[in-house]
Amino acid sequence: MYAFEFKRPATLAEAVTALGAEEAQALGGGQTLIPTLKQRLAAPAVLVSLNGIAEIKGICTDDAGRLCIGGGTTHAAVAKGAGAYPALAALAGGIGDPAVRNRGTIGGSLANNDPSACYPSAVLASGATIVTNTRQIAADDYFQGMFTTALEPGEIITEVRFPVPMKANYQKFVQPASRFALVGVFVAQFKDGVRVAVTGASTGGVFRWTEAERALSANFSAAAVKGLKASADDLIADIHGGADYRAHLIGVLTGRAVAAC
Amino acid sequence: MPKDGIGASTKRREDIRFLTGNGHYTDDINLRGQTYAVFVRSQVAHGKLNKVDTSTAAGMPGVLRVFTGEDFAAVGGVPCGWQVTDKHGKVMLEPKHPVLAQGKVRYVGDAIAVVVAETEAQARDAAEAVVVDIDELPAVIDMKAAVAGGPLVHDEIGSNLCYDWGFVEENKAATDAAFETAAHVTTLELVNNRLVPNAMEPRVAVGDYERSTGQHTLYTTSQNPHVIRLLMGAFVLGIPEQKLRVVAPDVGGGFGSKIFHYVEEAFVTFAAKVVNRPVKWTAQRSESFITDAHGRDHVTKIQLAMDKDGHFLALRTDTYANMGAYLSTFAPSVPTWLHGTLMAGNYKTPLIYVNVKAVFTNTVPVDAYRGAGRPEATYQLERVIDKAARELGIDPIELRRRNFVQPNEFPYQTPVAVVYDTGNYQATMDKLIEIADLAGFDKRRAESAKHGKLRGLGVNCYIEACGIAPSHLVGQLGARAGLYESATVRVNATGGIVVMTGSHSHGQGHETAFPQVIADMIGIPADSVEIVHGDTANTPMGMGTYGSRSLAVGGSAMVKATNKIIAKAKKIAAHLLEASDADIELKDGKFSVAGTDKSVDWGSVCLAAYVPHNYPLESLEPGLEETAFYDPSNFTYPAGAYACEVEVDPDTGKVKICSFAAADDFGNIVNPMIVDGQVHGGIGQGIGQALLESAVYDENGQLLSGSYMDYAMPRADDVPFYTVDHSCQTPCTHNPLGVKGCGEAGAIGSPPAVVNAVVDALQRAGHTSVTHIDMPLSPSRVWAAMQA
Repeated sequence: MYAFEFKRPATLAEAVTALGAEEAQALGGGQTLIPTLKQRLAAPAVLVSLNGIAEIKGICTDDAGRLCIGGGTTHAAVAKGAGAYPALAALAGGIGDPAVRNRGTIGGSLANNDPSACYPSAVLASGATIVTNTRQIAADDYFQGMFTTALEPGEIITEVRFPVPMKANYQKFVQPASRFALVGVFVAQFKDGVRVAVTGASTGGVFRWTEAERALSANFSAAAVKGLKASADDLIADIHGGADYRAHLIGVLTGRAVAAC
Repeated sequence: MPKDGIGASTKRREDIRFLTGNGHYTDDINLRGQTYAVFVRSQVAHGKLNKVDTSTAAGMPGVLRVFTGEDFAAVGGVPCGWQVTDKHGKVMLEPKHPVLAQGKVRYVGDAIAVVVAETEAQARDAAEAVVVDIDELPAVIDMKAAVAGGPLVHDEIGSNLCYDWGFVEENKAATDAAFETAAHVTTLELVNNRLVPNAMEPRVAVGDYERSTGQHTLYTTSQNPHVIRLLMGAFVLGIPEQKLRVVAPDVGGGFGSKIFHYVEEAFVTFAAKVVNRPVKWTAQRSESFITDAHGRDHVTKIQLAMDKDGHFLALRTDTYANMGAYLSTFAPSVPTWLHGTLMAGNYKTPLIYVNVKAVFTNTVPVDAYRGAGRPEATYQLERVIDKAARELGIDPIELRRRNFVQPNEFPYQTPVAVVYDTGNYQATMDKLIEIADLAGFDKRRAESAKHGKLRGLGVNCYIEACGIAPSHLVGQLGARAGLYESATVRVNATGGIVVMTGSHSHGQGHETAFPQVIADMIGIPADSVEIVHGDTANTPMGMGTYGSRSLAVGGSAMVKATNKIIAKAKKIAAHLLEASDADIELKDGKFSVAGTDKSVDWGSVCLAAYVPHNYPLESLEPGLEETAFYDPSNFTYPAGAYACEVEVDPDTGKVKICSFAAADDFGNIVNPMIVDGQVHGGIGQGIGQALLESAVYDENGQLLSGSYMDYAMPRADDVPFYTVDHSCQTPCTHNPLGVKGCGEAGAIGSPPAVVNAVVDALQRAGHTSVTHIDMPLSPSRVWAAMQA
């Protein structure tokens, strides 16, 4: 780790100011950033912890019935407190291990946008809205590729608003070493249609599998996606599995998610 | 008899300190005035080292000195402890392994320079400022390419082929002839995957030097401090042994990887004298991945010739064994004498020929890892037998039974040099069938099928050579060391005992098991015996712990020394009781005169030895302390039969281990609970190799699985609850305890059971073209096999 200045603001306003400094870096739960710092792969001048900001923590339901989760809310808190959206709570409860879940935050995960992270699939499949200190961003506009998002430098995720689907389920097939998603599929059925988001599989990060969405919107059953093959184009190929394997898993997991709804 | 003697499942006394954070590991050692070393390592697999510019680094805050290869030009290379002679009578090629790279770098991780600074952070900062000018050269990673004219890892030796070993060369012609006429030949090509040892405690070394006395001390994470003292003192740095103390305190797991003498140990010892301050190096985990000697990495073709009834007629193998970029301490012995000698397995195969080509590549050096050669032998043999059984339509258990060395055939001379002293392979197979409930398999398979899962059963046997090793024999085979063990038993004046053993415990439980033996011999409570190990200053010259040798060899030395103690104590007792020492009996900690009620207790005899007021001083020295060295007359041969049941998910290829049963014959057992734990751990590592672990290099020599993000270690939910049994006991015939060793069995016997089970599951499900899948059987590999 290189030396850095450490700040732990108590309010969002203070955090925004602190992040205005030269080479400042926001620190959420640190589950990616701390290992990166320890390996000297990042060298921020100022590390601004968002963990002391009470106003970006917590879970509630808004007037529109959306489940609203503060950006600084830990995975463990979501697993316990998102009962209004059981599939989301289950997803949060399956991230990493207890140590990760007690430190890692939803805002941190979404800001990092690891192509194998679980949360992006829930956000995209739910059509959630990402609220920052400056604006609201639709999920379909937010994810812009591997480790790339619509966030501007210094912008902080304060809240994520999830429309609650009628039915939903997340299926994760873990990479054996990291236990991140080798492929993860989140299926959400709303009145006006079905959304299917896939994480872990693509070099472009989380994406919607529109062919499955069409099929499931017409007929919400595992049979509707049986035989439907995801394209292997642009999928990740590594020592844990080729693109064709990941494409195959997308189909399997989508079917399982629907069956589990 | 003491209740905590031989056979008692005493809880491990050392666990109290390990589990409460009170262990004292090398990294816990911090000496006054200590400095910190950080290594600059090669980031390319192969390159010409033009210049190492340390000028900026040397001037940075806190830096005491920056070392490069030039500083070590006058000292020796890190030595190899075993010299193999190849099939042409030529000794192996043995390139120099300098402490810091000289002229060339040969693998990613090769040490180029070291910064020593006041703090670890300052050393790390300065290490980044060392400018290394390297002309990158094409790397050679694939073994077959390396011997087929690939780039030379060591230009000066002119070849990447370290040796081409034939065993037994005299058998070759007859073996080949047997294949010509055999009714059936089964052939299998396979890879024994390269593994990263991943001991929980990374390696650490602290060097210290006392200028006023010229005394060096090295604290290091080692399984054999005396061996390190000998190798480093005599061959690398030229320090006489009386001026060099090596201490290996609590060590957090080794699995073989801490047997070897590493350059970091030589570096801190050397540098401490140069900077006249203690120098400490602690590996980072990512550094461990690219500097700890890796394990396995064999590519093999094995062929089994049989008659029409499945009787084994001949066996031949061709193996490429990766040595990596340099010869690690015992690397040459692993694919030869620890592998070829075990190719007979539990079976009567009259003709065996083993060819091993040891190859240099631009990868981390490869050496012994839990089982060391024996897992590689067992895996290929038990896999080819399984394949043969399927081809011949013979039940795999029946095929094995048909070829077993039978209980009445011991001692059994194999065609690959070793003589099995004892065993009963039918009995362990019978026991396995019982404990694994093989009769219920079909029912369980039907149940799995109801849930859409493909269930399979894998069974195999194993034999290993442990209790390493008879010195005269290994000397003939190329060992540059003896492989005896030592013990000093010191009885204190009030009857308590301290045993200084040359064995080293790094998780095996010596501190608990060794006292149980002495408790049994003398009839005193085990807690009156303490074990001291790991320090060359207070233990006799010993060879350390590996090869499941501690109890069989180190324990035997302790028994020998204790017998000397008892013999002397009887003389003292005889004097005190005014009897002849021939009439003295020792039972339950009491010496008595046979046929009388006259007796004296253990404590009184010990006190008399140290307060010799009433003592036969004219014929007997005072004191009660004895040392013994024990050199085994043969290896020991633990053996057993293992069964694994798996469920394969046909949609994803994911393998779940449903059950694992092990029936082992370890001879006599001192502490059954420790043996259970050793077998559990070994099977866990074997399952890790079979399903999860793999060190993967890309064609440029970059380690793709260089962290836990990509190197899959087994976790609790990857393994089942094990069923282990060691009630089948044919005691070793040639050591005083009748013990065989249990440390490696699980890792040796389990990989073929897992792979046999997965292949069986796929075969039963109609994937009849799947005769083999290479480890690790990851979901993607199993799925791909099902698509074929």
